[in-house]
Amino acid sequence: MKPSRRITLTASILLILCLAGSVLLLRQIDRERSGATLEEVLYISSPTLLKRMSLGYDGLLADIYWTRAVQYFGDKLTRGSEHFALLAPLLEITTTLDPHLLVAYEYGSNFLAPKIPGGADQPQRAIKLVEFGIRNNPNLWHLYYDLGFIYYMDLADYDNAEKAFADGAKVPNAHQIMRIMAARMAEHAGNIQTARLMWVSTYQTTRDPLVKSNAVAHLNALQVDEDVTVLEGLASHYREKTGHLPQSFADLEAANMLRGVPVDPVGHTYKLMPDGHVEVRVPDDLPFIEKGVPIGYIPPLKPKLPPVN
Amino acid sequence: MSARIVYIASNTFREAVRDRVLYNLIAFALLMSGAAILVGQISIGIERLVVINLGLTAVSLFGIVIAIFIGIGLVSKEIDKRTLYTVLSRPVRRWEFIVGKFFGLAGTLVVNAFLMALGVFAALLYVSHHFQATDGWVLVALYFIILQFLIITSLALLFSSFSSPLLSAVFAFALFVIGTFAEDLRGFAGLTKGIVRWLATGAAYLVPNFSALNVISSVAHEQPVAGQLILANTAYALVYASMALCGAVLIFERRNLK
Repeated sequence: MKPSRRITLTASILLILCLAGSVLLLRQIDRERSGATLEEVLYISSPTLLKRMSLGYDGLLADIYWTRAVQYFGDKLTRGSEHFALLAPLLEITTTLDPHLLVAYEYGSNFLAPKIPGGADQPQRAIKLVEFGIRNNPNLWHLYYDLGFIYYMDLADYDNAEKAFADGAKVPNAHQIMRIMAARMAEHAGNIQTARLMWVSTYQTTRDPLVKSNAVAHLNALQVDEDVTVLEGLASHYREKTGHLPQSFADLEAANMLRGVPVDPVGHTYKLMPDGHVEVRVPDDLPFIEKGVPIGYIPPLKPKLPPVN
Repeated sequence: MSARIVYIASNTFREAVRDRVLYNLIAFALLMSGAAILVGQISIGIERLVVINLGLTAVSLFGIVIAIFIGIGLVSKEIDKRTLYTVLSRPVRRWEFIVGKFFGLAGTLVVNAFLMALGVFAALLYVSHHFQATDGWVLVALYFIILQFLIITSLALLFSSFSSPLLSAVFAFALFVIGTFAEDLRGFAGLTKGIVRWLATGAAYLVPNFSALNVISSVAHEQPVAGQLILANTAYALVYASMALCGAVLIFERRNLK
């Protein structure tokens, strides 16, 4: 073998070995410093300073920060964390860098406002975020809808919800649902039908499959809550009539109080428990339900959303 | 344009191609295809935005880096290699040499930007599956980026006509950074009083205004660009680049090349 060829061969083999060695060493270092790369640190926390430092390329920087916010929230959600200290600052930086990045307001408020485990339980920060969005995009009725939604769903603040929907209804080309929602808030805010209307309108006014799926899951949950209330009422009524609780739904059928075994919105039959309570069979398929939850059930860290079709 | 300027420009273009300047297109292609495929998986709802923001930012930054690092060597390299004496010993005026160099590098940057633009639109088609009318504004943003290149190329040539390559690069890059804050500078100048105000305002108007030439973020949101702004930016970029070129010619005409 010629000397030059030998050198080439040796250098090539060494290069590959060193590359493999550096990868292995880096993995070892990562194991030694587990979590170090995920430290909750914002090296530059001032959105204004970041905007200046972007040299005019703030759109790209906003996209990077938005992706970072999504990754941060997703990672925390998957690990079942209850601390989302960086979420609001990341969203504030994103929207300051690009005040027209609507997706950051719409999803960001949905990350911030809901209670743990589905969200960060920071409804006030969500309101601040959406209000900033409205100031910068005053002609987008969707943002008023999001604001009203947070006031209604997460804070049960019906007065402010009504105001948000009414303000949104005044925006040119606003969806007619805004006027309807404003009226509902004024009259029947705490009503389950209002909650249903809210989720139906969310389903109808969005094109995003993830938001649609979330709306379907909440509508299913509302249906289950309503079904369980009715079925437990029937069981109680049966006891009043017969002096004992029904053993199964067949007893209620025999007493002409039911027509067949009731099924939940995803197609599973309900379970009638010996104490007269009603439970769902597959609670994992019905996230967000408040009634009919089997005793001792632990929900998954990430809610299982239904497919949209 | 005289034939001599065209010859110098075409030689400058050929030299840039020979120097493998267009190899940056490979890095750009990898960046765009990576972004188009990955972003949908790691983020929510910004696939199209990222393609436009990342694509146009890369076109702009790649071009500015090329403009500075090639521009600063346009004159000094010819002096170091002593090829300048061969050129100037022929019936070529010094100003023609400077202007030819400018058009040669500007042409290289336009070709580079055009090929990158094809990449941006290909990535856009990949993520959106179709083009829409508002994508036309991306062309306007690209046009503004080319106007930026004209300004930065003329500045690199200006500094290169009297300074060393390293200092020219520092000056040109510093002016690019300061130019992105041009509107803030005018705002700060407005807060001062007396002679300081005059000086600050003068300085603010002297540095190039790159912020008005950056509409990347707004076209990414499908916002239209006013026709008046297109005209004004075109005129501004041509006037400013001409001014810097005149400065370069004035200095180079008086430069002792012995």
